[in-house]
Order: sequence, then C-alpha cells, then structure tokens
Amino acid sequence: MKREPFFWVTISCGLVIMAFILLPLIEMMTAPSLAMLKETIKDKDVVRSIWLSIYTAGLAALISFVLGTPLAYLLARREFRGKRLVEGIIDLPIVIPHPVVGIAILSVAGKNHWIGQVFSELGIRVMGSVTGIVIVLTFVGMPFYLNAAKNGFENISPRLENVSRSLGASMFSTFFRITFPLAWRSMLIGIIMCSARAISEFGAVVIVAYHPMIAPVMIYERFEAYGLKYSQPVAVWLVSICLALFLILRILTLRKTREA
Amino acid sequence: MISVEDLNISLQGFNLSNINLSVEDNEFFILMGPTGAGKTVLLEAIAGLVPIKSGKILIGEKDITKLPPEKRGVSIVYQDYALFPHLTVLENIAYGLHFHRIDKKQAEKRLNRLLEILNLSHLKERLPINLSGGEKQRVALARALIVEPGVLLLDEPLSALDPGFREEVRTALKRLHQSSITTFLMVTHDFAEVLSLAGRAAVMNKGLIEQVGDVKEIFEKPSSPFVADFVGMKNLFKASFSGTYAMVSGLRIEIGRTVDPSSHYLAVRPEDIVISREKFSSSMRNNYSGIATKINNQGFYYEIEMRVKDVSFKGLITKGALIDLGMEEGSPVYVSFKASAVHVF
Repeated sequence: MKREPFFWVTISCGLVIMAFILLPLIEMMTAPSLAMLKETIKDKDVVRSIWLSIYTAGLAALISFVLGTPLAYLLARREFRGKRLVEGIIDLPIVIPHPVVGIAILSVAGKNHWIGQVFSELGIRVMGSVTGIVIVLTFVGMPFYLNAAKNGFENISPRLENVSRSLGASMFSTFFRITFPLAWRSMLIGIIMCSARAISEFGAVVIVAYHPMIAPVMIYERFEAYGLKYSQPVAVWLVSICLALFLILRILTLRKTREA
Repeated sequence: MISVEDLNISLQGFNLSNINLSVEDNEFFILMGPTGAGKTVLLEAIAGLVPIKSGKILIGEKDITKLPPEKRGVSIVYQDYALFPHLTVLENIAYGLHFHRIDKKQAEKRLNRLLEILNLSHLKERLPINLSGGEKQRVALARALIVEPGVLLLDEPLSALDPGFREEVRTALKRLHQSSITTFLMVTHDFAEVLSLAGRAAVMNKGLIEQVGDVKEIFEKPSSPFVADFVGMKNLFKASFSGTYAMVSGLRIEIGRTVDPSSHYLAVRPEDIVISREKFSSSMRNNYSGIATKINNQGFYYEIEMRVKDVSFKGLITKGALIDLGMEEGSPVYVSFKASAVHVF
C-alpha cells in the first residue's frame, strides 16, 4: 500500500522532535568521562547538594500530599460556587515565571511583612535556609500533586462510596477502605510528578536561597565560574536521578492502563 | 415501615415537592415514572445521600431525617452494580460485616445462605471485572442484604442486564424478598418487573407523586391522564359527561355508570377493543363503524389505528387475525368495547 504524504509529514515531525529532545541530553550525558564522574561524586559539596535537592523535593511532595489530598478530594467530589476560580488559583504556580515566585515568597517572608515578622520571632528563617527551599519547592510542585490526585478521585464513582456508607461505614472508613485503595496509584504518580517538578526548580530557589546550595544552583555556579566542562558531571548525576523518577512514573502509569 | 412526610428537595435544576409516601414492613414497593421524574433522588434521600430541604423520613418509628447514611440501616443497589473493584466477590459481600457487631457464626450463616440463594459459591474468589452482568448484580444484592437492612433500595437493578440475566436476577429478587424481613423499594420503568414483583407502586412525574396504590389499581384505574398514558392507556380522550354516557368529539360512549362530574377524560386500553369486519353482535354497549387508517407492525402483534367520525382509536390484533380479517389500510372496520372497559378521570 502506498502511504499518503500526510503520513510522511507526521513521521518526519516526530523524528525531528525526538532528535530535538534526545540529542542534547545524550550529548551532555556522554560528555564527561567515567573518571570525571567518579571524581565528582566523591566531592562532598556535590553529594551534599544533590542530597539536599532530593530531600527538599521529597519534603515538598510530602507536604503537598498531606495538605493537598483533602482539597483534591473536595474538588473531585463537590460542585460549589467559585470552584473554577479555586482550580485556576491552584494552577497559578505553573504559569508564573520562576524568579517571580521567589520574589513573591520573599515579599511575604521578609521583615516588612507581618508573616515574616512572626516567622523571625519564632526563629524560622526563610531567606537562605532549607526551610525557604522547601517552601519554594512546595509552591511550584503542589499543583502537579493536586491535579493528579484530583483526577484519581474523579475516576472513582461516588456510588462506590455511597454503597460503602449505606453498609455502615463512616466517611473515614469509606475513604481508607474504598477511596484510598482505588486512588493510591494516582496519588503516587502525583507525588512523583510533584517531586520531579520540585527537583528541577532553579529560578525561584536561587532568589530565596543561593545557599545552602541545591544541585541546579550548583550546576549554574560551576558553569559560571569554571565553564561547561565542570558543570556537566553534576548535571549528569542530577539528570540520572530525574530519569530514575521518570522511569518509575512510566512503569506505574503503564501498569495502570493495563489494569483498566 | 418507611414513611416519607412532606419531603422537599431542591437540587441544581431539580425539585422534589411535597412527597408523601408510606411503605409497609416487608412490602415490595415500586416507584415508576419517566426519566427525570425524581425516582433516584427520592431513593438517595431515603438513603441519606442527598440534602433535604424540608420534611421527614421515618423508618419504623424512628426519625432518620438527620442521620448519616451509615446509621440508617438502608442498603442500596445501583443499576451499574457499584461493586468494589479491588475486592473479591467474597470481600465485597462481607464488606458490611466490618461495621456491624455480628457474632461470627451468625455472620457465616448469613453469608452461606446468601451465597446459596444467589448461586454465588463458585465465584467467591473472583474479582468483579471477571463477572457477567447478572453475576455482578447478584453479588451487589448479597452485599446489600448481608447486613439485614430494614430497607433495601433498588435503583433500576435490572435495566443494565441482558434479557436472559434479567429474568434470572428478577427471580432471585423475588425469592430474596419472600425469605427476608427487609422492605424492598425499587425504581423501574419496566412493567413486567412491576407486575411480577410489586404489591404496591407509585407513579412519579416531574418531582411529584401522581398516584399510589396497588399495582392492579394503577394499571386498571389510573387516577390522572398522565398515569393513564404512562401505563399504556393509548386511547385517552378529553370528554364531557352526562348521566351514564360521555361525549368525545361528538361520539357518544356508554360508560354504564354515573361518574364524578369533575372528570374530564376517559380512556380505553387498546387490548380491550374488539376489532371486526362485520358488526359484532354481543353485549358490548359500544359499537361503531369506522375505517382502519394505519397498521403498525409491533413484532408479535399489530397495532391498528381506526377512525370513527373524528375520533381515532388504537387496537391490537395478532398477525393471524390480521390476515384472517383481510385487514388493510382503508378497510372498513367495526370497533367495539364494553362500557366497563371505559376508564374515567
């Protein structure tokens, strides 16, 4: 059978996009020698900053999970006036330029704002601290968790919960016995997306906390100070970790579609 | 017993107004009505799943209006089964037992009885995704009944099933009702289900209850034109009454009795109309000559539309009779029916 020209257009565009994404990544990943990679990972500063990146992103995901789950459930189950507005507000952190996020958070957490004053009286420092980093990462990562969890809840028929309650289960029992077991996969995907987004944040963090140094800031600093060659190994390590997260995500979603 | 008193519900774009309904203990009661009549909303209100504006719901002597769903002793079975997809058949059925203090032996007895009555023993370990529609609905029934609810609500439980399974689940429903003390309240718009299962029924329309009564009464003596039309009274005419007869567009129809002068309509069931080619000599008080205007093939039988003066009647005959009578569109016919077959409202 002769293929239509349209088919060749779709294929060529696809190939261009694949190359566009993969070429730079592969080039960067293969640039540093193994010896250099080994040496980099022995550098205590590098390990510290990668670890800091991972655990602040993890904390951001945990906070999103704890605070976000009830709201995601509410949005999936109830219709109320202003719901669209709430959903719009949730998506704001996605569309706001990253440095602006950093500046916005500082304007609340700074000395000129009462919240900043309360924080400083409690001994909580936002500027240049791990706390500050976690706040920023939660800000940028939260929408990803909320949306994934909300989709998960929406896919569960409210009738299952109705039946459960009519059989004598309270709303809490119903949530833990029915809703959670059916939604946990979506929630986990949300957690992974949230932390993947958080781990890649640079612009907002660099404004709130240049030090302690998360991995993206360190990569930027090494690039500025020593050039491409010295920033690449750190980037490789960071990207490998991001890819691992991405891989877990794909495996989970694939298994989900097979079951459904 | 379920008593619904002056119930008002208003949801987005939908209202239930002044619903009063009383269902006896262990009765099999059916709610009928067209789509959008509010049947499901009424069920969910009894189950405590939709907010109520005003009114009261009692089960037995107990006012349950303000109780949460889990405290009402009301189980619900949906058209789409709503089985818990992550639990096996056995876990689905036993789900409610977690929340009731039931002695272990007693629980096992109930479980085995339901597995047997509903013929589910061989499916215990399966997941819902591997069940047929009929099996799913039987599991849903077992799950609802294992907690021995005071009331079982059934929301069109048979309408998603293939005809073969429908029969099977209907029989199961009947058996379950006879062998339990639970009150059954079911929504359906299938008359075969109404006639084979229900003792009493109610017809709802646009958020109101139009008629409540014995099934026989609803089908034979509809109290309003809407109900008459809904239960399939096709020959429904506006009429004026005087003495023991009525006038419909100039046609005099004997009704053999005096009627409430506030009545405005009369109706005759198509199956009560006798169609013949020659004048039918019998005790039937109403005999008219007319013309067959239309013959509709309805599968097992034919619906004949006949014009008598300005009045159009519909009657039913079998295919054999159609050929026997040599009936065609335009054939002259005689239309006859008893005075007692005329319903007035």
